[in-house]
Amino acid sequence: MLESITSIKPLLASMVSLATVPLIVLAGKHKPNLREGFTFGAGLIKFGLVVSMLGIILDSKVIEYSLFEVLPGLAIAFRVDSFGMLFALVASTLWLVTSAYSIGYMRGLDEHAQTRYFAFFAVALSATIGVAFSANLFTLYLFYEILSLATYPLVTHHQDGEARVSGRKYLTYILGTSIGLVLPAMLICYNLAGTLDFSSAGILAGVDSRGLLLVLLLMFVFGFAKAGIMPFHGWLPAAMVAPTPVSALLHAVAVVKVGVFSIFRIVTGVFGVDLLKSMHLNDIVLIIAAITVIVASLIALSQDGLKRRLAFSTIGQLSYIVMGAALLSPKGLTGGMLHIAMHAFGKITLFMCAGAIFVATGKKYISEMVGIGRRMPLTMFAFLIGSLSVIGLPPTGGFISKWFLVLGTLEAEQPAMLFVLLGSSLLNAAYFLPIVYKAFFCTPEESMFAEKIQEAPTWCVAPLLLTALVSIMLFFYPQPFANLAMMAAQGFTGGLR
Amino acid sequence: MELLLAKYNYWIYALIMMIGLYGMLAKNNLIKKIIGMGIFQTGIIVFYVSTGAKRGGTIPIIEHGHGEEVHEVIKALDYVNPLPHVLMLTAIVVSVGTLGVALAIALRIYTEYNTLHEDEILERVND
Amino acid sequence: MIDTTQFPALIVVIPLLSAFIVCMAGCFNRRLCQPLTVLALAGSCWASFATLGQVVKSGAIHYRLGGWAPPMGIEYVIDHLNGLVLVVITTVALLAAVFAKISVAEELPTRINLFYTLYLLLVTGLLGMTITGDAFNLYVLLEISALTTYALITIGQPRALHASFNYLMIGTIGASLYLLGVGHLYIMTGSLNIADLAVILPELYSSRAILVAFILIMVGIWAKMAFFPMHSWLPNAYTYAPNGTSCLIAPLMTKVSVYIMLRVMFSLFTPAYVYQYLSMANAIVWLAVIAIISGSLLALAQKDFKKMLTYLIIAEVGYMVGGAWLANEYGITGAILHILNDALMTLCLFLAAGAIIYKVGGQQLTDLKGIFHRMPVTMTAFMVGALSMIGVPPTAGFFSKWYLILGGIQAARWEFVTALLFSSLVNAVLFFRIIEIGYFETPEDKGVNEAPLSMLAPLLLVAVSLVVVGIYSGDIVSTIIQYAVPKGI
Repeated sequence: MLESITSIKPLLASMVSLATVPLIVLAGKHKPNLREGFTFGAGLIKFGLVVSMLGIILDSKVIEYSLFEVLPGLAIAFRVDSFGMLFALVASTLWLVTSAYSIGYMRGLDEHAQTRYFAFFAVALSATIGVAFSANLFTLYLFYEILSLATYPLVTHHQDGEARVSGRKYLTYILGTSIGLVLPAMLICYNLAGTLDFSSAGILAGVDSRGLLLVLLLMFVFGFAKAGIMPFHGWLPAAMVAPTPVSALLHAVAVVKVGVFSIFRIVTGVFGVDLLKSMHLNDIVLIIAAITVIVASLIALSQDGLKRRLAFSTIGQLSYIVMGAALLSPKGLTGGMLHIAMHAFGKITLFMCAGAIFVATGKKYISEMVGIGRRMPLTMFAFLIGSLSVIGLPPTGGFISKWFLVLGTLEAEQPAMLFVLLGSSLLNAAYFLPIVYKAFFCTPEESMFAEKIQEAPTWCVAPLLLTALVSIMLFFYPQPFANLAMMAAQGFTGGLR
Repeated sequence: MELLLAKYNYWIYALIMMIGLYGMLAKNNLIKKIIGMGIFQTGIIVFYVSTGAKRGGTIPIIEHGHGEEVHEVIKALDYVNPLPHVLMLTAIVVSVGTLGVALAIALRIYTEYNTLHEDEILERVND
Repeated sequence: MIDTTQFPALIVVIPLLSAFIVCMAGCFNRRLCQPLTVLALAGSCWASFATLGQVVKSGAIHYRLGGWAPPMGIEYVIDHLNGLVLVVITTVALLAAVFAKISVAEELPTRINLFYTLYLLLVTGLLGMTITGDAFNLYVLLEISALTTYALITIGQPRALHASFNYLMIGTIGASLYLLGVGHLYIMTGSLNIADLAVILPELYSSRAILVAFILIMVGIWAKMAFFPMHSWLPNAYTYAPNGTSCLIAPLMTKVSVYIMLRVMFSLFTPAYVYQYLSMANAIVWLAVIAIISGSLLALAQKDFKKMLTYLIIAEVGYMVGGAWLANEYGITGAILHILNDALMTLCLFLAAGAIIYKVGGQQLTDLKGIFHRMPVTMTAFMVGALSMIGVPPTAGFFSKWYLILGGIQAARWEFVTALLFSSLVNAVLFFRIIEIGYFETPEDKGVNEAPLSMLAPLLLVAVSLVVVGIYSGDIVSTIIQYAVPKGI
């Protein structure tokens, strides 16, 4: 049993950004600098709180805090373990970066309703950290739903016809699955087990009906549609109508990772690794994930919209993580969890690049970006790093997580999955590298841009350079995330109960 | 047949109620509906009152003689049960109240639409 | 220390007497009516809270009117179940009365005194129905509340006239059937006191007259609460009623009827009789399923948003009736919790709708264009109510739905579970359609134009209370509702 400490910090870490919302609204559009100051303040406090808990977690302890008992035996409760810590660390770090980027992007384009934008962003981050630190399925569901609703105004920020259609699609997928599938599955679990607290032994361990377990597992895997498992992936490309910082943080980090995080929790905390292994239920999840990986990569190849291509790439990468969970081997789990962090830094770089290009040139389509490397060399260099990380090539962090995933397939004796991983890596390379190639290596006649270097505003470029740098750093120093992931994997597979 | 005769009061009240219900649901004229409602409620009143009645029973008032010597033994069996009748006083008050409200609404409908026929009113409402 | 022994009577007597005072005062000065009404309801509200506290502390209270002992006299009985319902009624009535000030002054400028007099009488009727321990007394109060409701609906626009007339017909049939059922019970037992009847009845459960009585009473109550298939009167009556009226009757009338149903099922009869002796539960849950699904779908078809909300009430009635007939603890807990939650969220939505209609002047969905820009505060509160209707945690609606679904799962009534989830999804579609109209389409005039404070204050209070009640629903269940659920199901 891990030693547990009671502390209010996880609650504070989650709520600090929510508490800032009134301040952001009050500052309003008349004092934009003050408003963004509040955002940064909340971000720093949140980051500080998360980091302050890091030492305790690395010390093999967990932090617990229970708030209300909303239903008998069911509390809104927080529990920080190494996996939650990993996710919270990624999310809170990247919020700071994205806030800086948002300023450059939103002011650069002179967007409307910026106050609403920053306010809902803060709510979304509260919900994300809440999910990361949930002690039970109920709390997780609560924050999951809040996140769904808080991101709706962000996705539909432009308030035009396209945003309306996409917003509708977004909610249909996300709310439809969470109410239609997750809620009943959760209730059935509660009815079977009488509790919803995550435990590595699995709360459904006593159930021996394979059919029921399979149905529940599928309800959860598809129900957390934020993970973008096919066929419930359609909302993600649609959500790309949002301003790019939203796509960057929410649809590469917070929202989608909340989806896979939830599936990870279901696999490891609700069913339990042992149960799934003994029932051989993981095979079906592996197959679903493998199909999503391959199909999403193939679709990405054919996309001309840069953000849409990134979105399909995200769908594929998310299924890597799900696959890592479903491998059920320590290395596979580690790889899956690490990929949450590694992919986050890589993909957010790519999205921020796409946004920077849009701010500087107004271009959205890949076919219009021939020769852009000469005009925006820094941005495109960061884009290259991000691509390498997502493909999984050294010297970037993506290599580490993919390496663990590959080892995991061997450990779990799933050679088919090994081929899926390697094949899709090739596809990743096929849809990213040509963009970079065309950006830098083209004849002057082909180039669509003047030679003059003209980057996006500093507030836009600095964050993306930073995340690109971090992606490289993570190759050499993966320790904070790798240690957390390995500790978590050990815990899930029975090393530490 | 015996059931029919022995419990004839129940058959009568059921019949009255059904007539009333028919009036309420099937008639087109609002006033006829209201009359149906009155009949319906009367059926229930008949039912209650008849349950308290007793063949050869008398009103439940204890007879005190005016002289000194007349003091009869109280025979509860001779009296009809007064409670249902008293309850029905209240029910009658309620039904009169309902009738009043119903008529008032019908009156306003008439001043508004110049008709009391439901189909004509519905036609106007849905326009 | 205040003597609380007379509080049960005061809960009812204060609004009753105030009704006459308001009527008189209105003759001299119309502006006195609303403050007096609010004052009276505040008193009644305070008394009901104190009484509930007393019940939680020391169990059920029996109050003998005029000191006459039951079964001859009429007694008031307050236990956990109706203690909670009393609090709901007085609170909702108080908030709706605060809200009504401006909306009544605008809609019914010449009838202010009549409105508040009827309003108080209606509240009296509802409170009396809830608090009484006498089956016949219940009938009288049922009719008092019904008659005042007819009048309160008719007082408004001409379109309400015919709707109210229909309501009067169905309502009278319902009340008469109830009366007839009570008559059957009286013939068989010679008693009208609920507690007394509950003692006598078990010996007679095999009697066909008792069965008929039970069915008559149930059907009568269902007609009153607009349970499918007797729902057709409700939407028009509630839609065309003045906003001050609909804010009171929409949250309360159906909920009090549900309470009466529970009272008849568990206090007058026993769960054993209702669930085991009669084999009706199956059919009734199916009716509830149809009520939920048809209510939701009909709501989807509406272009008038107030009417849309009224169809939701029909679906919500299905929730509660279905939950009560699931015949397990979770289902009944859910039904009782939903009385509280649904009253609050319906109030929230109708108050918001009232404020919007007051400001915008129309109640079609197309009138809502750009409403988020014009009335941001109102719409925030509206959204809280909507989320509660959809069942998003941590709003109150989620938790009663949780119990209801759990009850459905435990009873293996998958059709009921499916219906609940379906209606949640339809509600999501309904309310996000309003958001789409209000958020994406631009209004004709752009400025912010919020409702006045006397409308916003109760609205915001209800919106906040939806979240607070949601968060504390665990405590509400463990201190109040678990005692209201009959033992040994």
